[in-house]
Amino acid sequence: MTPASSVLLLTTLTGFGYGLLAWLGILAAFANLPPSPLFVPVAVVVALGFASAGLAASTLHLGHPERAWRAFSQWRSSWLSREGVASLMTYPPALAFAALWWLLGPDAISTRIFGALAAGLGLLTVGCTAMIYASLKPIRQWHNPHTLPDHLIYAIFSGAVLLAALWALWFGAARVLAFAALFAALIAAAAKLAYWRFIDTQKPLVTLASAIGLPDFGPARPLDQPHFTENYILREMGYQIARKHAAKLRRIAACLAFFLPALLAFLAAFGFVPAVTTSAAALSALVGLFVERWLFFAEATHVSTIYYGYGR
Amino acid sequence: MTSLPLPIPGAKKLGLVIDLDTCVGCHACAVSCKEWNTGGHHAPLPDHDPYGKEPDGVWFNRIHSYETGCGDTSKTVNFPRSCLHCEEPQCVTVCPTGASYKRAEDGIVLVNTDICIGCKLCSWACPYGAREFDEDQGVMKKCTLCIDRIYNENLPAAEREPACVTACPARARHFGDLGDPNSDVSKLVAARRGVDLMPELGYQPTNKYLPPRKTAIPAKPLERQASGGGNALLRLIDKTLSR
Repeated sequence: MTPASSVLLLTTLTGFGYGLLAWLGILAAFANLPPSPLFVPVAVVVALGFASAGLAASTLHLGHPERAWRAFSQWRSSWLSREGVASLMTYPPALAFAALWWLLGPDAISTRIFGALAAGLGLLTVGCTAMIYASLKPIRQWHNPHTLPDHLIYAIFSGAVLLAALWALWFGAARVLAFAALFAALIAAAAKLAYWRFIDTQKPLVTLASAIGLPDFGPARPLDQPHFTENYILREMGYQIARKHAAKLRRIAACLAFFLPALLAFLAAFGFVPAVTTSAAALSALVGLFVERWLFFAEATHVSTIYYGYGR
Repeated sequence: MTSLPLPIPGAKKLGLVIDLDTCVGCHACAVSCKEWNTGGHHAPLPDHDPYGKEPDGVWFNRIHSYETGCGDTSKTVNFPRSCLHCEEPQCVTVCPTGASYKRAEDGIVLVNTDICIGCKLCSWACPYGAREFDEDQGVMKKCTLCIDRIYNENLPAAEREPACVTACPARARHFGDLGDPNSDVSKLVAARRGVDLMPELGYQPTNKYLPPRKTAIPAKPLERQASGGGNALLRLIDKTLSR
């Protein structure tokens, strides 16, 4: 599948935004955040900023962005529509959570309830985004049991590094959160490595013989192509990445997204200029997850390209 | 609504039956489809640089050629590929706007281009590569089963069939109600053991393909055996030259 930068931005940035919101909401619900009157409201605004930037970017790939409001209507059947509805539903409780924290303080029961609600709806949005991909039967690298948990894990990881950075910049140190970010990075790395191992051992969904309805006629091979220039299908779904680049990009993605942030979080946890190390960790994770998401598309193969003789 | 319609008992399931035995791969169906549909329901269809080096445009029908098998049993198979108007069309259910829909009364899968936002998700959900995006208008387009021909009372009754069916010079394309077991197309599918494409994915296509017949036509050898025939002089020359 051809990686469209608008969709890569959508899934990466909303992961950071809703991941941060989830950490804030859950920690607030269990009264584990410092009672600073401004930190949480500011962090919620940062979270919504990331999420909104991602959602805005996603409209750029539409043929008719001015009709985007119509996408809220088909939540009964469409995960894309559910994503839109869930993202919209996250704003009121998130804003209420920030306002109540500032007005009533962290101990008010309503602050905690809205914090938990915002966290849940944020993660629900991430889950809906993941299900857009996981539900697509023609793409074996997406339609599998890894896609949904992986996206949630990456969102929680990106939220952890972002919260650690904000915390360290605001309060000077973030020992516990740096440990949380470290563990989240290692779990995320394990999930990604397991995913890569899984898609490397997957079999193609169908054979060309089955695709043309003639499984009993022996192996089939293309003879003449229907057209000698590219068409929409080949442009959109025929994207092929050289194996050697895929291997290199996997290493780059794993290092930037998970291992470097883990190392930096480790340093931050032991008090090594936490403001700098956690910020660098968040930046590295942002770039790395963008590469990781690029690969998620570039390595995905669409079964329809088998008609053109693509064999993966 | 992009939820699939509840099945109406006895409703039609209009579709195509494509005979891979007789298709000669001439592309007439594809050209005729393009011609009709660039003036029909989904008009116009993009058609950039049509006579140049990089022609590019939206077509609802693409004609592939394949070889199957090896040696004596190998076959050349011409294979037209278009929307199969599936009974479980994921292209419909993934649509966030309701632009992509399946008609309850005849099973035709259509796009309402007036409300399509051009997110392309439906084309990702189709394993057959049947939908092509119109970059000029920013909306998705697909085979309409010539909905503007088959119900068109301004056309003579004999022409109320999809343009691809009318155009086929080999009579390899048939149109009819596959929901009615007594229709001509259903009988044809039963007689020729028509098949679904990629049945393992569960889309339950309405369109069926008829596999090539496995018969071989015996042909006389192209050259007569040299020995035995001919006159005495030729036999003598043959004998001399064969030394």
